[in-house]
Amino acid sequence: MREAAYNFAYLDEETKRMIRRAILKGVAVPGYQVPFASREMPMPYGWGTGGVQVTAACLVPEDCLKVIDQGADDTTNAVSIRKFFQRTAGVEVTERTAEATLIQTRHRIPEAPLSEGQILVYQVPIPEPLRFLEPSETETRKMHALQEYGVMHVKLYEDIARNGEIATSYAYPVKVEGRYVMDPSPIPKFDNPKLHRSSALQLFGAGREQRIYALPPYSAAVSLDFDDFPFAASKAPHDCDLCGAAESYLDEVIIDDAGGRMFVCSDADFCRTRREAGHAGQLAAGEAA
Amino acid sequence: MYVAVKGGERAIDAAHAWLAEERRGDQAVPELSVPQIREQLKLAVNRVMAEGSLYDPDLAALAIKQARGDLIEAVFLIRAYRTTLPRLGGSVPVDTGAMACIRRISATFKDAPGGQVLGPTFDYTHRLLDFALLAEAAPATPSAPAEGSATAPAVVPHITEFLNRDGLIETQPVSDAPAPDLTRTPMELPASRALRLQALTRGDEGFVLGMAYSTQRGYGRTHAFVGELRIGMVAVELAIPELGFAVEIGEIELSECETVNQFTGSKTEPAQFTRGYGLVFGQSERKAISMSLMDRALRWRELGEDDSGAPAQNEEFVLMHADNIQATGFLEHIKLPHYVDFQSELELVRRLRRAALAGAGGQDHA
Repeated sequence: MREAAYNFAYLDEETKRMIRRAILKGVAVPGYQVPFASREMPMPYGWGTGGVQVTAACLVPEDCLKVIDQGADDTTNAVSIRKFFQRTAGVEVTERTAEATLIQTRHRIPEAPLSEGQILVYQVPIPEPLRFLEPSETETRKMHALQEYGVMHVKLYEDIARNGEIATSYAYPVKVEGRYVMDPSPIPKFDNPKLHRSSALQLFGAGREQRIYALPPYSAAVSLDFDDFPFAASKAPHDCDLCGAAESYLDEVIIDDAGGRMFVCSDADFCRTRREAGHAGQLAAGEAA
Repeated sequence: MYVAVKGGERAIDAAHAWLAEERRGDQAVPELSVPQIREQLKLAVNRVMAEGSLYDPDLAALAIKQARGDLIEAVFLIRAYRTTLPRLGGSVPVDTGAMACIRRISATFKDAPGGQVLGPTFDYTHRLLDFALLAEAAPATPSAPAEGSATAPAVVPHITEFLNRDGLIETQPVSDAPAPDLTRTPMELPASRALRLQALTRGDEGFVLGMAYSTQRGYGRTHAFVGELRIGMVAVELAIPELGFAVEIGEIELSECETVNQFTGSKTEPAQFTRGYGLVFGQSERKAISMSLMDRALRWRELGEDDSGAPAQNEEFVLMHADNIQATGFLEHIKLPHYVDFQSELELVRRLRRAALAGAGGQDHA
């Protein structure tokens, strides 16, 4: 049931129009960070105000919304944002990746491949991939304009020299269509290959930093690496203890005071779908008991 | 009139009378009681206790009332009172592992022994003004809190202990050395970590927040995960030499934050996460988290990191500017009369202008 006191999806139409123009510009220049006049939202900065504004600008009454945080629909912030749009937009919601027309996410890309017509909205804390190498925004904008990405390669090289591998495990930078270096938001680098030539439209919203950027469907997003140190997606070397999946990203859950662990799919829908299809991991029987 | 600053005794008395009248506000509106402030503005009370370095909710509420809601002024009242109190002794270190948690969350694990407990948090509220409160209608009675809080286990293990078990996080050196007290000895730099933490926990919330935020945006990097944030009551025990054991003298509410930070390591030294720590009176989690980020940022030297020149890495900069009573005092003192100094400046500027104008005028007439 939609609350009548607010406009559809909370934001007024002029604001949505402004955001849509930023999104269109972002789609036209893939990987480029488009400044936009981010609004104060009724949740704090850092909770996904950028993603919420992008979602609000994209939603239509016919949409079916899925919201995930850390891959799961039942995490507190995902529940909160889903309720917010149920209340202000009255749209249908789902936990099924395949049923959703718009998915707002924090820190994960769903395991199941997305399809044409779907929109994946990312919540972005720091949109600037060069930020931790150069704190000044004036400088980093210039560096993007000049494609001056040498410092990033030096950083990756120094990682290898110090640690024997690139010591970035999430928010791993990608190069978009051979032009802009882009921060894919803090997704684990395991998810980076899913950015590349996805069938879905991928939109990134950073509310506090007032930036929107986009990966149009099928655009190239290549993780930065070196010929002799190729990029490798990584995950915990286990199978899911509930559904047995070997190829999904896993959460490590501490299960007792002795520090015992289990590993479960971080993508809750993926795991449930597999269990419904009869797959079982090594602790699945215990769970059923 | 400005001339009245000298011999302005009557003016001062009149100002105080006016202040008292303003503090009370419209007489037609019922007066706030100290218990109302203590119970209904609890987070303001917590902040005043934390920055005032005195755990006394009644006095903090009184200070807020007296200060007309100016929290820094209230902190000042508490500090001025605290400084008169005799020191009876030091407590046994409080055991936050035995905290009766009303809130306990970890961002690094989906779940953990002891569970994730949201507690009374604004985190997932939608910031929509509740006009029912304006109408002073009885607020919709929230359904009774779910059972469980009473049955929470007595000892909730710290989440970072699970990482420590695998050697994945640095071990803290344990020390029984008495903690330094910056209210009794002047600050000496470089400061020990204990002293830095003491300065941070009583530092201005806005300042510590802003400094911590700067590290998140690239001015010195902290790269923090909230390993655990817990809030609840802990017992305070005092060792009584005559008895030979410690006696519980009361309970205080604390917010404790442990961050898990960017690892250090090399090809030869195995990589490890590092820690930041925050501990603040009352339910003050914004402050506890900010404090732990700042703690971590200030540890760059002992962890062998580079000084990037960021303000948050500069111990002197942070510690010398974190105290809002010092800051507000020095800042606001510039409204006191300064006309003796100003007079000398005035004469100097006139002299310089005269010289410059004479020089320029000389050229014009040449």
